[in-house]
Amino acid sequence: MKPPPFDYSAPDTLEEALFLLGEAGDEARPLAGGQSLVPLLSLRLARPSRLVDLAGITTLTTLGAADGHLAVGAMVRERQAERDERVRRLAPVLADALPLIGHPAIRSRGTIGGSLSHADPAAELPAVALVLEAELVAESRARGRRSIPAADFFTGYFTTALAPDELLTTLRVPSSAPGTGWAVDEVARRHGDFAIVGAAAMVRLDTSTGRIDEARVALAGVGDTPVRLAETEQMLAGAEPADEAFADAAEDAATRLSPAADVHGSAAYRRHVAGVLARRTLKLAAQRAREAA
Amino acid sequence: MTCFDVELTVNGAPRRGSVEARRTLADFLREDLGLTGTHLGCEHGVCGACTVLVDGEPARSCLMLAVQARGADVRTVEGLAPDGEMNRLQEAMWDSHGFQCGFCTPGFLMQITALLAENPGPTEAEVREALSGNICRCTGYESIVNGVLLAADAAGSDE
Repeated sequence: MKPPPFDYSAPDTLEEALFLLGEAGDEARPLAGGQSLVPLLSLRLARPSRLVDLAGITTLTTLGAADGHLAVGAMVRERQAERDERVRRLAPVLADALPLIGHPAIRSRGTIGGSLSHADPAAELPAVALVLEAELVAESRARGRRSIPAADFFTGYFTTALAPDELLTTLRVPSSAPGTGWAVDEVARRHGDFAIVGAAAMVRLDTSTGRIDEARVALAGVGDTPVRLAETEQMLAGAEPADEAFADAAEDAATRLSPAADVHGSAAYRRHVAGVLARRTLKLAAQRAREAA
Repeated sequence: MTCFDVELTVNGAPRRGSVEARRTLADFLREDLGLTGTHLGCEHGVCGACTVLVDGEPARSCLMLAVQARGADVRTVEGLAPDGEMNRLQEAMWDSHGFQCGFCTPGFLMQITALLAENPGPTEAEVREALSGNICRCTGYESIVNGVLLAADAAGSDE
């Protein structure tokens, strides 16, 4: 249980980090909070030739709100984001998801960018980025800066649209329209364990009719990537925010999923839990939207 | 093999060493600095036994490289009783029989120290949530939770 040998660099600037990653090709790995990478090293499931430690790059640790967006630097620690009043105000669905990640000692080291780049399909932040329609800003030496919609970022099992020489620098979250409700829920064996299934929902109501303007739901732990269900969301657009509508939508959601079975649950169990969590989160999000209106 | 100089503060005192990049903070504390109070259980971030405070925040020292702790202020279980006198939390854990074999105790104590620094009067639910990442195979947790609540009470009654 000791990591294999590797070279180590701790650059002070993003430019230097991108240079090092570009030089080394896919043999190097960026080190963010280390809460996923270091266990992979210790278990010798990962054997990078070099780690490029991003902790000294102060430009990646900023958290701010501007032009209708919340901008969270990739090296912002999960615990720091969890305590930040701007995250609570501008992205409450993110604020509610953060305490579900691991344990306090994990979150005090783990970073927003690290979790998103690691792209564990059962993790909270990828599903939350999807439901928020966030933009993931990435930068490399060869191709410069680009912005990737969350819907295009998670491409497969622990796989993202990032190239080996590219770094996620910022999570950009558009601020929600007034009167938007949110909810996050998950089923895990113990608090802090990876979710067997997780769900995040956002619902906006038409202020004059009280009907659903827009509903979004994203699920974790039900496939190779976090999943957002456009057809289910369409069913709810224009509907009364009543229990039956959410129950029908959740039933529809469950039939569209094809989760894999593992030691924690069969495919049928996961599908069932996904339906229950979709219903609960949509309903609570609608309730909060009503209260906000 | 390239070695890196590591200078940091441990329990208030400046310490230094020269390590390979792959040296974890836990092994650095134990092997290089001789601070064997920090225990290693799983060595991959699951059991919480190696929890220390890094700049006041709880961290699993097996999931941190020593080179990542350069310049940091680290606190280990040895720092809780610098003069050999148990502190209030340690007394409360003793009074509640909050340990049996004691292997997990250093990690619990550091996690609880972080909890009580941030939230001096936690509810039982908050205590259980804060300790959810620390595994004890002896006690069934009841006596540990009681110890935390006792320590919080003792602190409150001092004010």
